[in-house]
Amino acid sequence: MEHERRAVITGMGVIAPGGVGTRAFWSSVTVGRTATRRITHFDPERFRCRIAAECDFDPAAFGLSPQEVRRMDRAVQMALAATGEALADAGVGEGSLDPARTGVTIGNAVGSTMMMEEEYVVISDGGRQWLCDQEYGVRHLYGAVIPSTAGVEVARRVGAEGPTAVVSTGCTSGLDAVGHAAQLIEEGSADVVIGGATDAPISPITVACFDSLKATSTRNDDAARACRPFDRDRDGLVLGEGSAVFVMESRERAVRRGARVYCEVAGYAGRANAYHMTGLKPDGRELAEAIDRAMEMAGIAAEDIDYVNAHGSGTRQNDRHETAAFKRSLGDHARRVPVSSIKSMVGHSLGAIGAIEVAASALAIEHDVVPPTANLTTPDPECDLDYVPREAREHSTDVVLSVGSGFGGFQSAVVLTSPRSRR
Amino acid sequence: MTVITGLGVVAPTGVGVADYWATTLAGKSGIDRIRRFDPSPYSTQLAGEVDDFESGDHVPAKLLAQTDRMTHFAFAGADMALTDAGADPADFPEYDRAVVTANSAGGVEYGQRELQKMWSGGPMRVSAYMSVAWFYAATTGQLSIHHGLRGPCGLIATEQAGALDAIGHARRQLRRGARLAVTGGTDAPLSPACMVAQLATGMLSSGADPTAAYLPFDSRAAGYVPGEGGAIMIMERREDAERRGAERIYGEVAGYAATFDPAPESGRGPTLARAIRSALDDARIAPGDVDAVFADGYGVPDLDRQEARALTEVFGPRGVPVTVPKTATGRMYSGGAALDVAAALLAMRDGVLPPTPHVNELAADCPLDLVRTEPRELTVRHALVCARGVGGFNSALVLRTAA
Repeated sequence: MEHERRAVITGMGVIAPGGVGTRAFWSSVTVGRTATRRITHFDPERFRCRIAAECDFDPAAFGLSPQEVRRMDRAVQMALAATGEALADAGVGEGSLDPARTGVTIGNAVGSTMMMEEEYVVISDGGRQWLCDQEYGVRHLYGAVIPSTAGVEVARRVGAEGPTAVVSTGCTSGLDAVGHAAQLIEEGSADVVIGGATDAPISPITVACFDSLKATSTRNDDAARACRPFDRDRDGLVLGEGSAVFVMESRERAVRRGARVYCEVAGYAGRANAYHMTGLKPDGRELAEAIDRAMEMAGIAAEDIDYVNAHGSGTRQNDRHETAAFKRSLGDHARRVPVSSIKSMVGHSLGAIGAIEVAASALAIEHDVVPPTANLTTPDPECDLDYVPREAREHSTDVVLSVGSGFGGFQSAVVLTSPRSRR
Repeated sequence: MTVITGLGVVAPTGVGVADYWATTLAGKSGIDRIRRFDPSPYSTQLAGEVDDFESGDHVPAKLLAQTDRMTHFAFAGADMALTDAGADPADFPEYDRAVVTANSAGGVEYGQRELQKMWSGGPMRVSAYMSVAWFYAATTGQLSIHHGLRGPCGLIATEQAGALDAIGHARRQLRRGARLAVTGGTDAPLSPACMVAQLATGMLSSGADPTAAYLPFDSRAAGYVPGEGGAIMIMERREDAERRGAERIYGEVAGYAATFDPAPESGRGPTLARAIRSALDDARIAPGDVDAVFADGYGVPDLDRQEARALTEVFGPRGVPVTVPKTATGRMYSGGAALDVAAALLAMRDGVLPPTPHVNELAADCPLDLVRTEPRELTVRHALVCARGVGGFNSALVLRTAA
């Protein structure tokens, strides 16, 4: 479907493990440094997986007041920090946005889960009471059980009064939020959308959930090298946390105000495998279908893609599924194009990671550098593409495909194109 | 043109369209003392619970232990809606079958049970199904799998405005290439932990009389009563519905808009009136074309006044018939606005507006033409549904008869 209005990214803010702030994030992932460590958010001793990629994030450094810190879960705090950086980066100051024409789309998989669990422990008195104690319910408790809070706080921060929503589709939330934001701009529902995603899932209940699924790595004694996408010795994903938020606007508006354009969100599509809530069919058909539609919408051919930012979660099931999908969609080009997973370094921050990967993809276009797949030393013979092992690569990059796959069987693909490329 | 061709309803006032509609027109209430848990410790002890609902009748046996009650409602709603529409998803192109639902707080009862296991017994006690049962997109994922919906999947979280936004997003997907959409919203917010969270808002009613606890626009309004359930509907393009000989077209989703209220301290006013006007513009109609409004009706005096002011601003004082049938069900979170859409479509079908049970004395600052104790016969060509979500979400949806 051809839209006259195109959505472009003109500002970004990133809070990621190993790099708080866009510059620190990009430096960290292009150096190939992993940010995985023993969990410090709580004592992980009784857990099967005791490692995660945590952010060294201080909300006060981003101007959040003590009351805001008390009221907001860590995920919401990180979204606000990323939003602040994105606005400054885009040169969008106070009063320069038309409230009614400004929307917000925030992706988020598990809401305010850290705060929700902390408060649950109090109202249930440590899990002793099924009939939780009303007297101990803090004023902001309801905001901690609804994921929409992140959208509320971001919208208030930027003064948005246009369409505002949280989109929550598990691990594809980040890509879906960016895609949703682009759709609002394309159809004319908004001129500017603050789009992105946030998640802070490193809480006991989430770690326990992944323990029980046996989805996380148990390389507890070698945290820095735990997440090994596309490597024969991979043993699961590593949880992460973080946020990436973008100032997205119509290309026309960006040009009019002379804004620096990182890239255009030229194509987006989501499909579902209708197969299993957590399992993937090895053939990768639905992910390939999403990729095909996103390419079609962007008006590009497989050969135009310069870099593929993979889902690369570090599970065998994903690696095979994804590799098959790339071959199916990109044909011979799949063997030529560099493919990498930054989850090897920043972990899997569930709903946030898709947006963080869009940031990495936009920065790859900006710098003509492709970030590597860390910890890839012993390639899996079943995964026979160019996964950019361990070291970043200078590589002329105008068109990036970023994909995600998650619970519910959801598969999403985004195509970003450089403002330099004239298609 | 996107139209709704099938409805599935799971409400405290009836499971299935026929039961729900008969109860609703009779003005009978589904609000009663909570039975799902012992409510005696709580300042709110009333809720609209869905009775006569056996999850096992609607959910595949192996999925019962893997899913929360919110998803059970959606399984039932989607089955009824597809049957009602006479539509088999397999007849639509494989990747053009979308599913978009709304959700407020996740699978809270399932989640509380697993949290309790973990905090009383340790992490190894947590079910492998916790994550996929509790997460906000659980219902979307399960409906996708159960009905082979391999197209665009979505989950919109805008608290109680969510269902209108889900329907709006489903329409967006149909305009962008999808051919069938299963959409709507269901919620099951009645677990003790979620109840404590709701109570913390200070917006719940502490009334003990089921006929007087939730009274939007009434001078006695003092909060709302929670409810559970929702509605699922089938949306498709009109030409597809006609080509396949759909038994009925309930109506067209003619207009939709969403806005967000600025923070109260900003000094800028609320934006519901703008959402309504934008939805009317989207439907290319004027305020005078609207025959009925299904209002949000919070039951919290400030919020009632705000909504009344928005309606008055657009339609004039007592300028359009307004009804709030949800006084019989309680506020069903993401399910509430979906149920209102179903009610509006049934009102169009039958030429009758359902009443607003229990509301008698309008507050002086709510100059509305409220359909109170008795249903009102009226030809409804355009209906407006309004919904708001905590924090400042406003959504408005305009439905048009297909005739």
